Amino acid sequence: MQKYSLNVLMAALAVMLLALAHFRIIDNYIQAVLMFVGINIMMSTSLNLVNGNMGEFTCGHAAFMCMGAYTSSVLSVLFFGKNFGPPMFPESMAMIVFPAIILLGGVAASLTSVLVAVPAFKTRDDYLAIITIAVNYMVISAIENMDFIGGSRGFQGMKDTVWAMNDTISFPWMLFWVITFTVFCVWTIRRFITSTYGKGVNAVCQDEVAAEIMSVNTNKIKLVNFMISAGLAGCAGGLFAHIVGYVNPQSFNILKSTEAMVMVYLGGMGSLSGAVISAIVFTGLLEVLRSQALVDAMLSPVTLFFPDWDPSAGVIKWVFIPLLLVLIMQFRPEGIMGNKELSDVFPKLKKYYTFK
Amino acid sequence: MSLLKIDGLTQRFGGLQAVSEFNIEMKGGELMGLIGPNGAGKTTIFNLVSGFYQPTEGTITLDGTPTAGLKPHQVTSLGVARTFQNIRLWHDMTVLDNIRIAQHYRMGYSVWDSVIRGRKYRECEQRILKIAEELLDAMSLTEYAREFPKNLPYGLQRRVEIARAMSIQPKLLLLDEPAAGLNSSDVEGLIKLIRWIHDSFDITILMIEHQMKVVTSLCQWIKVIDFGATIAEGTAEDIQSNPAVIKAYLGDDTI
Amino acid sequence: MDFIIQNILNALQWGSFYALIALGYTLVYGVLRLINFAHGDIFMVGAYIAFFLATTMLGPSFGLSPFMTFVIAVPLTMALTACVGVTLERIAYRPLRRKGAHRLYVVITALMCGLILEYGNLAVLGASRLKFPDLIEKSIWSVGDVTMTNLKVIVIVAAVVVFIFLNFIVTKTKIGMAMRGISYDKFAIPLMGIPIDSIIVFTFILGSGFAGLAGLLFAMSYPILEPFMGMIIGWKAFIAAVVGGIGDIRGAFYGGFLLGFIEVGVVTVFPSTYRDLFAFSILLLILWIKPTGLFGMPQSTKI
Repeated sequence: MQKYSLNVLMAALAVMLLALAHFRIIDNYIQAVLMFVGINIMMSTSLNLVNGNMGEFTCGHAAFMCMGAYTSSVLSVLFFGKNFGPPMFPESMAMIVFPAIILLGGVAASLTSVLVAVPAFKTRDDYLAIITIAVNYMVISAIENMDFIGGSRGFQGMKDTVWAMNDTISFPWMLFWVITFTVFCVWTIRRFITSTYGKGVNAVCQDEVAAEIMSVNTNKIKLVNFMISAGLAGCAGGLFAHIVGYVNPQSFNILKSTEAMVMVYLGGMGSLSGAVISAIVFTGLLEVLRSQALVDAMLSPVTLFFPDWDPSAGVIKWVFIPLLLVLIMQFRPEGIMGNKELSDVFPKLKKYYTFK
Repeated sequence: MSLLKIDGLTQRFGGLQAVSEFNIEMKGGELMGLIGPNGAGKTTIFNLVSGFYQPTEGTITLDGTPTAGLKPHQVTSLGVARTFQNIRLWHDMTVLDNIRIAQHYRMGYSVWDSVIRGRKYRECEQRILKIAEELLDAMSLTEYAREFPKNLPYGLQRRVEIARAMSIQPKLLLLDEPAAGLNSSDVEGLIKLIRWIHDSFDITILMIEHQMKVVTSLCQWIKVIDFGATIAEGTAEDIQSNPAVIKAYLGDDTI
Repeated sequence: MDFIIQNILNALQWGSFYALIALGYTLVYGVLRLINFAHGDIFMVGAYIAFFLATTMLGPSFGLSPFMTFVIAVPLTMALTACVGVTLERIAYRPLRRKGAHRLYVVITALMCGLILEYGNLAVLGASRLKFPDLIEKSIWSVGDVTMTNLKVIVIVAAVVVFIFLNFIVTKTKIGMAMRGISYDKFAIPLMGIPIDSIIVFTFILGSGFAGLAGLLFAMSYPILEPFMGMIIGWKAFIAAVVGGIGDIRGAFYGGFLLGFIEVGVVTVFPSTYRDLFAFSILLLILWIKPTGLFGMPQSTKI
């Protein structure tokens, strides 16, 4: 029973959400928020693989998201859009080809990650941090200089694919794919990291010298780990591009990488369930603080004395969230979950589910 | 044929000659001791054998295979395991995981298998688990299988580290000061353990040790090095009366 | 020829800004092994402090002459910016350090403090850009086609003087010795009777103070202020510090100038949109070849 309980629960939840979306009981806004939750879960769990489990400090995760987003956008427009000439595939193929487009974006991202993984053979810590920041800037700057995909003006036209899917069968397709890929991402990471092969990643984190001498091929483990992590981030990027329908190199700048890092360290380094929880909490906070009314209410004691002061919610949000994080760090300096999983914190849960 | 053959091994760090013209030849099943004052270059020799350093000069041959240019994990997969002077276990993973991960070189499945988890994965994992459990049982560590090494007493950590090295199923085991930091009753247990490992697994052991009690009661042959060069070798009795050894340990004027 | 000399001068000026900020990064890093990601924003705060000091002193209530304003603003800006840096250390980093939090959590906290400074500024002062008043009468010297302003000279001289001063502090004085000691072993230092917290505060005073100076000089050279001015330049200075070999004063200094030269060099040859791409590719290449930076010691693992 407990072997399947979580799967059944997840499937039921997914079907329920899709049904609610299909019959328009939840509106587009809530759907969008749900999709961003999914994408942030993918970003945070995949970054957790490198920054948490392997103990590296990479701060350019958005570069891989960017690669994935652009690759799959270009493919998508090439296959189903009209910007680069007539579509290559008929509309009815869209829902079959779409996952392949997203996965190819992931492949492109994981190939980019070799740029980071190879220096990581020799160096780690802050020097690697710099390399990742540099790669992030390089990817953005390279795309800004490619005029055929819009350069710094951005790139659009991927919505054609989404509409193509909708025209064939009316269904909340994007929500479906986001849920599918999120589950795929968490499941892949969980399986990789709990196998003896994947535990080599933890061994590299805890004592690299001992790992190498105890027959773990540390270079290969690092390469594999970076590629999986970047690949999943690339998938997240591809989905992001198709939800928004527009990508701009600057939407994958260092601030986006910072968001991913915040989610990882908020959740606790190396805790997969922590990464999922913090992604949900973080996205929720971002959305809640979007409301100007709420922000005005929060600031009312101050605006009472300075009636001229009228800050926008978009700005206050980015003061409030970091402040909250700083406070959380002061009270729980190891993140929400530490390095434990949900089933370690609440052992009773083990009775009800196993997650493999 | 000899299992380990080191010929004219020399290692320089900048101007420092850590090991000079070191030779050794070990037949299968031997138990040899390597002693010498602090900084004599003993651990450097271990690092060279296990592939952590590449020698400046000289060759190391393992069972007929030269190890020049091999990475440490490749050397290990040839059948060399070692322990460390300061215990280097993976402290945030269970004892069982520590022993499983050390079998990485004969994992037998790829990354894809670990994600898909087909029959191959299950069979390989079961084999690894079986070897690990048998080893824990043989080393009487089964009751600590789920513990984290950092929570175990020092003596047990040593034992776990030796078990981890044994899970590589080595032909040659290098023990770097296994008795360091142990109290006298732990040392007794350690001597018994090493003797038992040597006899029952039929492996070759090369050990660095400072405690003469351990060395004399275990090693058939002892090599003494100082400033990177061999100054004496022989049985325990030979060594204890050798003037060069006494000089290296105690200095000139004492006698 | 004139063209080359002109570009070398420009590169020296840019390099001076990078070097001044990179020195602050490296000081804090050298002592605490903490990447103080808020440092670029402390630079921004420094520029704003300088702006408010300058406008107040030039304004009707004081009515000082521009030159007097400059003379007073330099130490005052440095002092006030140092206060900001120390405050951050006191309220955000020190409690975490006391609790023994993982190093990276402190780094994330620093990153968050940087965001708070940026967006807090945006919320309080709004998005309008501020125009920094002229403090020094600009004199331009021309030799052939090469033009040189007194401001450029001040910036370059300031960077060199600060470098020499910091190098002296770190290598020759007792407090510098304590700073180097902390970077080796944080736990042994208090046992040796050295007040670790005072040393750390002193480090933050130095680092932030010079970031304030850099802010003032930057605002004088490029007199438009906006809340995000410290972000890009801060990240880049950090990269410069690492390429030089983080934790080493010389590394930060030369790394800063190296980055200045690379950027100006790229812009003279290619369109300016390629600046980041080429600059970062070159830096990446340097780190591939020499993973611990130009002056960094290779870390030896002992087993």
